[in-house]
Amino acid sequence: MKSIVCIKYVPDTSEAEVKVNPDGKTVDDSRFSFDINDADNYAVEESVLIKEDKGGEVDVLSIGPKQSEVMIRMAMAKGCDRAVRVEDDRIADHDPLMVAKVLAGAIKDKEFDLILTGCWADDYGHMSTGVALAEYLGVNHASMVKKVEVLDGKVRAHRELEGGLMEVVELELPAVLTIQTGINEPRYAPIRGIRQAQKKELNVVSLDDLGIDPAEVGSEASQVVLENLYIPEVESAAEFIEGEPDEKADKLASILVKGGLV
Amino acid sequence: MSELIKGGAYLLGPVEENTVFTPEDFDDMHLMVKRTCYDFMKNSVEPKIDEIEAMAEGVMTGLLREAGELGLLSSDIPEEYGGEEADKITTNIIAECASLTGGSFATAFGAHTGIGTLPIVFFGNEEQKKKYLPGLATGEKIASYALTEPEAGSDALNCKTKAVLSDDGKYYILNGAKQYITNASWADVIVTYAKIDGERFTAFIVDADTEGVSIDPEEKKMGIKGSSTCSVILENAKVPVENMLWEEGKGHQVAFNILNIGRFKLGAGCVGGSKAVLEFASEYVQQRVQFNQPIAKFNLMKNKFANMAILTYLQESMVYRIAGMIDKKLDEVKDSGGDLSDIAKAIHEYAIECSISKVFCSECMDKIADEGVQVFGGYGYGQEYPAERSYRDSRINRIFEGTNEINRMLIPGTLLRKAMKNEVPFMEAVMGLGGTLKQLKDAEMPQESPEREEFYLNNMKTLFLLAAGNAAQKFGEDLTHEQEVLCRLADMAMEIFAAESGLLRAKKILAQGESEESKLVMDMTSCFIHEMVPKMENWAKEVIAGTLEGEEAGKAYSGIRMLTKYEPINTYAPKRNIAEAVYDAKKYFIDRI
Repeated sequence: MKSIVCIKYVPDTSEAEVKVNPDGKTVDDSRFSFDINDADNYAVEESVLIKEDKGGEVDVLSIGPKQSEVMIRMAMAKGCDRAVRVEDDRIADHDPLMVAKVLAGAIKDKEFDLILTGCWADDYGHMSTGVALAEYLGVNHASMVKKVEVLDGKVRAHRELEGGLMEVVELELPAVLTIQTGINEPRYAPIRGIRQAQKKELNVVSLDDLGIDPAEVGSEASQVVLENLYIPEVESAAEFIEGEPDEKADKLASILVKGGLV
Repeated sequence: MSELIKGGAYLLGPVEENTVFTPEDFDDMHLMVKRTCYDFMKNSVEPKIDEIEAMAEGVMTGLLREAGELGLLSSDIPEEYGGEEADKITTNIIAECASLTGGSFATAFGAHTGIGTLPIVFFGNEEQKKKYLPGLATGEKIASYALTEPEAGSDALNCKTKAVLSDDGKYYILNGAKQYITNASWADVIVTYAKIDGERFTAFIVDADTEGVSIDPEEKKMGIKGSSTCSVILENAKVPVENMLWEEGKGHQVAFNILNIGRFKLGAGCVGGSKAVLEFASEYVQQRVQFNQPIAKFNLMKNKFANMAILTYLQESMVYRIAGMIDKKLDEVKDSGGDLSDIAKAIHEYAIECSISKVFCSECMDKIADEGVQVFGGYGYGQEYPAERSYRDSRINRIFEGTNEINRMLIPGTLLRKAMKNEVPFMEAVMGLGGTLKQLKDAEMPQESPEREEFYLNNMKTLFLLAAGNAAQKFGEDLTHEQEVLCRLADMAMEIFAAESGLLRAKKILAQGESEESKLVMDMTSCFIHEMVPKMENWAKEVIAGTLEGEEAGKAYSGIRMLTKYEPINTYAPKRNIAEAVYDAKKYFIDRI
């Protein structure tokens, strides 16, 4: 089984205050700690579990700056075998289609059975990259996967739907699965693995190395224009229900029903 | 990086910033180990805090075993015995992270990996290492260290435990009582000390299940309640002769060398504890509203957070600087073909710095934990929030691994001993004082950072030499009895080391280019140094007043006045910015992770 896991280096916005830069289009990231996107972390674990169960190899693929190499090596410390990091500031990385096109360009000449990636990224939250990647590569896909069973030449994916429902689908390999958080329990990288990871292959490539035309994946090719970023105003509304207890109960019930809350 | 700087030599002249290691020098391996350890503490240990504090059966030992599987227990154990054999920076990173969730886990972890395991690493013979280290590396076996006795606390060599060779010559029969033994109730291996025939102080490895070894009930402690602390009773305990550790009558070499490492790691633990307080306290004050605004916005609150951040920055700068010094020394020992016991002795080179790390960091941690309670107001006194536990847990750091008083005696004491042996040019530096003061007369005080801070720091070093030199000349070898003088000299030596560690690091960060961060670290250093000068002036005067009289004293005071001339700065404004940076990050803002 040959797998590729695509991971993204994202800021941890849960800790520090998010501040938009004066340009209105970027975020001041000087206070953030960056690490692997949460859902991608589960994808790494799933790919390693599959490797441990079925044998084979796992390649890591990521688009990101030099500093993201610690994250990439962490994935290798957990059991992935080698990695490619794409670094090129011509990529319109706010547009998931452009990102998927670059990933597809980096994968197209490789042999693979499965591509795993997180179902969404904690920074822009588009939930589209994995699906678009499958489209560009012309392979099957399943999104929001909460359980994976590798069968002979196929994979059975359990997809998480609304309201706790699961949908089970079988896909012919090769395929792309976008992984939902909670599918497994991501391991910690042991020190021994960390040491071994320092020696594993990590290739850094540019668009030119991948033979991708920058015009195809740059801002001019993108249909998405980032206009403005802002922090939503904190709003709160309170309605006081007046009247006798019975009336109050009626009013409250009708508000809940109207709001679709019961 | 250039040649090795001798232990204590920082007091005698300027140090170049590129010779010191700082957290900005972490390589990928360091950052990755930090990530693993940090995540393990946050995700596996923190959720079990209540169980740990209640000493729920098997929880602590289970966590230690999990840590062992990740390699977190064995950074100091050689690879051939199942360890990770990492550098001391890595060891420091792990010790720092292990304190992130409070003192109980950190204490159990520290006793096992430090004083419990290291005597065997450094002083064990081949068979002992093969037998014990693999199990200690994985956490399958837990270690403890039993040195203290009812009548041998700080005076460790006043050990009453006796060892007598059995008639068949196969065992030492140990009799005695050890107290305040961390990890005692769950330890499998106890490193302890006894006097053979009541005379020769010797170390032993004792299996906890040895006939004649019993463990008393848990002590009822103020803090670190989730760690085990019991007396260990040795009643005709039959310890096989092959379990004697190192050489007969050489137990003191084991005991004192191991304590050095324990002290420097304790400093690292205080860094983790301090960062934890900054994290939970900065979160709280931004939510707690009084007088219609978050209490974080009050300038006095900002002042407190800035002070906490400054002390954290100095501790962090100091402990990684020492780890870097020790690593370089160890490389030197390894290159020259030294064995593991040479390494422990090599670390002794930095005994002064190890004591400074222990005392300075434990006192910073205590101040920070105290302010941690204060900023929570009444809630800080209750057990619902973590401030209360951190306050109780912090207190022990000033007591164990050699009390801060004992360590204060050691700092100038070791320096003077090194001076006598001509290991450091202390007397030469004292002789040169007159010349230095003369030059200072015409010197103009620089107005810009970092030159201004460097100017003050150099003067503080001279001030130390003036105080220490006069005391040494006046009292000679009797200075060891002048404990008040030694204590103040230690305070001065510590402040200088802290200030310098912060300043050298700030200069290194500045050399990478001006940034918001480079400004903040320079401000932190500058605030500390400006507040330090008048403090140092008082201490130096106190030492001279307790040492000299009449004309001699007058001459020394005029030297002190020259050396402590300074222009106050407005520290309020930079401290407000420092606090804002903590608030924005909701934690210690220059943490490398």
